[in-house]
Amino acid sequence: MSEEYREMWKSLGLNLEAHDALLAALGQGYKDIFMTQEGRPKGMEYFDFVISQVHGLRVKELMDEKAAGRKVIGSFCVFVPEEIVRAADATLVGLCTGADFATEEVEKLLPRNTCSLIKSAFGFKLGKVCPYFESADMIVGENTCDGKKKSYETLGGLVKLLYVMDLPQTKSAQGRALFKAEYMRFKEAVEELTGVKIDAARLKKGIEVVNNKRKAIHRLNSIRKADPVPISGLDALLTNQVFFYDDPGRYTKSVNSLCDELEKRVQKGEGVFPKGAPRILVSGCPMAVPNWKLPWIIESSGATIVGEESCVGERGTRNLVDSSGNSVEELMEAIVDRYFQVDCAIFTPNPDRLGHAEEMFQTYKADGVIHYSLQFCQPYIMESMPFEKALEEKKIPTLRIETDYSMEDVGQLKTRIEAFIEQLK
Amino acid sequence: MRTTGIDIGSRTIEVVVMEDGRVVETRQSDSGFDPLKEALMLLDGAKRNRIMATGYGRHLLEVALDAPTVTEIKAYAVGTLYLVPEARTILDIGGQDSKAISLNESGRVLKFEMNDRCAAGTGKFLEVMARALGFTIEEFGSQALKAGKDIQISSMCTVFAESEVTSLLAKGEDRLDIALGLHRSVVRRAAGMLKRVSVDGPIVFAGGVARNPCMHHLLEDALQADTIVPENPQMVGALGAALLAGNGR
Repeated sequence: MSEEYREMWKSLGLNLEAHDALLAALGQGYKDIFMTQEGRPKGMEYFDFVISQVHGLRVKELMDEKAAGRKVIGSFCVFVPEEIVRAADATLVGLCTGADFATEEVEKLLPRNTCSLIKSAFGFKLGKVCPYFESADMIVGENTCDGKKKSYETLGGLVKLLYVMDLPQTKSAQGRALFKAEYMRFKEAVEELTGVKIDAARLKKGIEVVNNKRKAIHRLNSIRKADPVPISGLDALLTNQVFFYDDPGRYTKSVNSLCDELEKRVQKGEGVFPKGAPRILVSGCPMAVPNWKLPWIIESSGATIVGEESCVGERGTRNLVDSSGNSVEELMEAIVDRYFQVDCAIFTPNPDRLGHAEEMFQTYKADGVIHYSLQFCQPYIMESMPFEKALEEKKIPTLRIETDYSMEDVGQLKTRIEAFIEQLK
Repeated sequence: MRTTGIDIGSRTIEVVVMEDGRVVETRQSDSGFDPLKEALMLLDGAKRNRIMATGYGRHLLEVALDAPTVTEIKAYAVGTLYLVPEARTILDIGGQDSKAISLNESGRVLKFEMNDRCAAGTGKFLEVMARALGFTIEEFGSQALKAGKDIQISSMCTVFAESEVTSLLAKGEDRLDIALGLHRSVVRRAAGMLKRVSVDGPIVFAGGVARNPCMHHLLEDALQADTIVPENPQMVGALGAALLAGNGR
């Protein structure tokens, strides 16, 4: 595929040589991790295709949209409301992060003890290997953790247009007021960028499109309760990752047809892991493509992941927006209501997250919880300790993992995860 | 029935051969730079037994001999329980890992803690420090016990601690005192790890570092409790693997 899109990448200013190397590594990693799984659902072929075209056809589609006068907005976070972007006929895409790249260059701008996710985003930008970064008309940064908000000060000088959205830190009335004000300000910024005035009908449509994506994922989640599981955690994670890239309508359709197939599997009692295989709930930091290290280690050690309490997972997709309102004001209120429930660790206190983890543990009939933190991600690492304690008090076996995108600790992680799985048997 | 357990660690490989529930043979060698070759040599003559592999290099044997594997954590739990049936807490400090394990009455692993990727608080740390002070690893512990005073060493990182040692030597501090301070810093870390898994019932200290008398002494001091060091603390993992090989898992 690479020949077909070289001109496009060149015009976007990508470093072709480095980009080739990145795609080769991504392709190899994907083959080793995903294509070696046995009994994968046929419906995953679509997602294989999306990943194979993640820098190709999908970017071409975005370029075509741009040529037709539509705008592309890039983001790093589930707090950026896609409904508003869709309402202005624009497209929201997740920006590249999930692998170490151009680390030496990054460390000229950021301290070494910055989390992998932030470093990676900078690496993709500085290494000129992310076509989403280069094609985005506006990039939205959000003031979540200290690492992100301070790094946006530097990122602003590296990209065409960086828009920074402020976020509250408490779920108080004042916090909600700030949250709403920031969503209103974002709506205006999107209107200004696109030249589209967002009215109630447009907003309703945007809500519907994004709700449909979420409904499809909710359906997939509910199928994962089955034992044996009809889909691996890796494939389910991939489906959640593609949520941030794909055309929403096509995505919804593809997830639903995957679910049709999986429901048949469940009826027949077919699974990708033997019935009774240890079931793991993964909770913590988001996993962006191609950060598949932890789920790969877990699932190649004989356990299966049945849920992700994560931004790339249920924390990001839980709850729909109430679309019954008829005015922009009512619909914006509904959007704020939905997003303000996201239980991100930047909020203090953040008791809902523990509650959701417990609920997911029960719902998906998990046997244990693996808490995943990226090294130097203070909010999640800080939460992980009381989180572990609280779960263990409820006799829920919990393992805390702190890692990054590198592969150097795979041996030690494997030992810890295998021992944890032995503990569950 | 003869069963063999092999523990392929980062520094040494141990083999334990059992027959009818008794240990009939033990072997040991350095892991070297080709641990699979070393392991196969060490297994010579014992390959036809049922084998279970553990340790950092266990998957090498899974590939080479299609041997089933078990983590060091479970292997140490099973091996310890065979030697000390009443044990509830295990500290295992090996070449590159340190682990604290808590067990219930039936020997099931309840919780474990393990060091992160770096060598802080492991045998490797002590080895590097012994060399920096001109001791052999064998004499390091007994020499440290001769120290006259306590020196606080704050760095846990092997690299930083080495520079801290250099500056202490430059200040004219006695190497025996520095040696004691280094041991104490490893023990502080190990005790912290043990407390996170809960220190309960008889404590067994195993792994290569358990052979160090200063570590044993300081650990008992830090925990205010007796700790049991098995006769051959490096063999516990291989022993556990040999026992598990007999169980069919």
